[in-house]
Amino acid sequence: MSTMVARFQDWFGTLSVRRRVAWVVVMLIILQGFYLTGRRFLIGLGDVTNLSNHFPWGFWIGFDVMGGVALASGGFTLCCLVYVFGYHRYHSIVRPTVLTAFLGYLLVAIGLLYDLGKYFNIWHAVIYWNPHSVMFEVAWCVMLYLAVLFLEFLPVVFEKFKMSKALRVMQKVTIPIVLAGVILSTLHQSSLGSLFLIAPEKLHPLWYTPILPLLFFMSAVAVGPAMVIVESCFSSRLFRRGLELPILADLARFLQVALLLYVGVRIQDIFVRGIQPELFTLQFETINFWLENLLFIIPIGILAVRRFRQDSRWLATASGMVVAGVVYNRLNVSWTGMLRASGTTYSPAITEILISLFLVTMAGVAFYFIGKHFPVFPDIDEGEVPQRGCLNPEPMDNENQA
Amino acid sequence: MPQTKAILLDFTRCIGCEACEEACAQQNHLPEDPAEDQLSWKNFTVVLETQGQYYRKMCMHCVTPTCVSVCPVGALEKSELGPVVYDPHKCLGCRYCMMACPFQVPTYEWHNPIPVIRKCIMCNELVENGQETACSWVCPTGATRFGDRDKLLGIAKRRLAAFPDRYVQHIYGEHTVGGTSVLMISGVPFEDLGFRMDLSTEPLSELTWTVMSKIPNIVITGGILLGGLTWIIQRRMDIERENIYDSEDKQLPGGKHDGEGGGA
Repeated sequence: MSTMVARFQDWFGTLSVRRRVAWVVVMLIILQGFYLTGRRFLIGLGDVTNLSNHFPWGFWIGFDVMGGVALASGGFTLCCLVYVFGYHRYHSIVRPTVLTAFLGYLLVAIGLLYDLGKYFNIWHAVIYWNPHSVMFEVAWCVMLYLAVLFLEFLPVVFEKFKMSKALRVMQKVTIPIVLAGVILSTLHQSSLGSLFLIAPEKLHPLWYTPILPLLFFMSAVAVGPAMVIVESCFSSRLFRRGLELPILADLARFLQVALLLYVGVRIQDIFVRGIQPELFTLQFETINFWLENLLFIIPIGILAVRRFRQDSRWLATASGMVVAGVVYNRLNVSWTGMLRASGTTYSPAITEILISLFLVTMAGVAFYFIGKHFPVFPDIDEGEVPQRGCLNPEPMDNENQA
Repeated sequence: MPQTKAILLDFTRCIGCEACEEACAQQNHLPEDPAEDQLSWKNFTVVLETQGQYYRKMCMHCVTPTCVSVCPVGALEKSELGPVVYDPHKCLGCRYCMMACPFQVPTYEWHNPIPVIRKCIMCNELVENGQETACSWVCPTGATRFGDRDKLLGIAKRRLAAFPDRYVQHIYGEHTVGGTSVLMISGVPFEDLGFRMDLSTEPLSELTWTVMSKIPNIVITGGILLGGLTWIIQRRMDIERENIYDSEDKQLPGGKHDGEGGGA
């Protein structure tokens, strides 16, 4: 016991003050998470959520599930670019991206267990079929794509334990697995939008549109590269490693095209449905609409400037805005856009937010340990000093001339 | 189509005695709460009053129910006789039925660690045995009446025609979201009672089915397209690589070999 304490003290002593504080905060979040988990499963949904009969879907669906799935889309967009379109120069960031997507989907699946009333029946979608239900599609997509992401990540595990035979087998089936992943993701991303097609009388017209599935898919494609950039910047600081700036600057071009397409379709849809008066009415929904969409429009402006595109600080800002914009969009569809017609009020209980925070923190901790102990990042063992941390722009100036 | 059973609610005949609430609670073993003015796990039906007229809220038992179409595991089903019934053992608690129901009918046991959906099931057991629902059986004035949907619709139409100034000229549920097995006629406009008049006359399930029915196509066409795309792109890259080798070969003295499968 005493040796454990001593080892802990040794390890803790080597950390910078900021990292010590971060670890203490993480531990506190995890402790309260265990406590609230107990309350959720022993007392019930009513104890930890503000959900009600007229507002049955809340923050967990909007943030954990719909936000989580969208932010995991880097997995399929990057795999599609590398393995289908042959952009092999992105190869070095495939592994961290797939890990992010895998942990993201795990978070979604675990988040669902918190939200489902009879979570132990989650597997029922396998035996009781209702192909008319979008939720049935969602359930199958979560299951199958989680399996695909696991397979996509498996080579990292095989490499770690030097299982070269298994590794060769995995390399042979890479393409079919990636293709399955792309198709499942297409279905799953769009199906989260399709979920709301059933409620034309509840969702505000600024968000309700017959092409909601298409918009969900297109925004997911846009947030894929954005999330890769944000995650790369985050892990370059976390692991004190270099940043693949030329690759990220290149990815930002894709991000910009995807954003332009998404915003273009979004604007066109509003005029086709003739609801443009709603854009300039002073109401709760309109404010949310503009805040959400500025988070897509401003990054288009930022990324249009070549100098900004090649500056890690601007790149991270623009991508971070897109990530926030997509989460905001999912929350608007599932929460704020549904409020008026529900005839009731809802805002997440602090306990709902704390449980979400707990789940995200757990995913972050898992990312840290897997990133540290498995061959996820190409240069992690070399203990490189951060030449160009994401938010550390000084050495960038030479790069900008290129 | 088999003749489905239905309930006709004539609000002008309701005297607000709440006997239906009590009978419902007894039949379904509910801890009825008379103070409750919303449907809940305690009340499958409530009697309310607006503009001097009593009215009732309950499950509408749609002809093409939204809740049945959205349930991922088929825990909700429309029985042949008309009631929309629920199997708690299949349910996984996603609450999509609550989110999708245009009448906000299904309720949840938020207080229960292992909750189930609670809603009126039109006394399914009684109806299957050829009996009528508890609420219609107990109603002293005939404000709640049980019978074949066609016949009740006829009665409602005759009443609307016979007393045009007593009734709002609308049978709620005749066409609403594709028709419901609970029909309502009223002297007070339905909007004022909190019933939405802006609902489509088509079943809502059409909205998602137009997307869902395309999925097999998306999977097959998408798979073939993506697979073909991958093959073409990989092959072009392979050929490019070979061409580089070939041109290098030409420069080497005496070294020229056929690139495998260069052309065809």
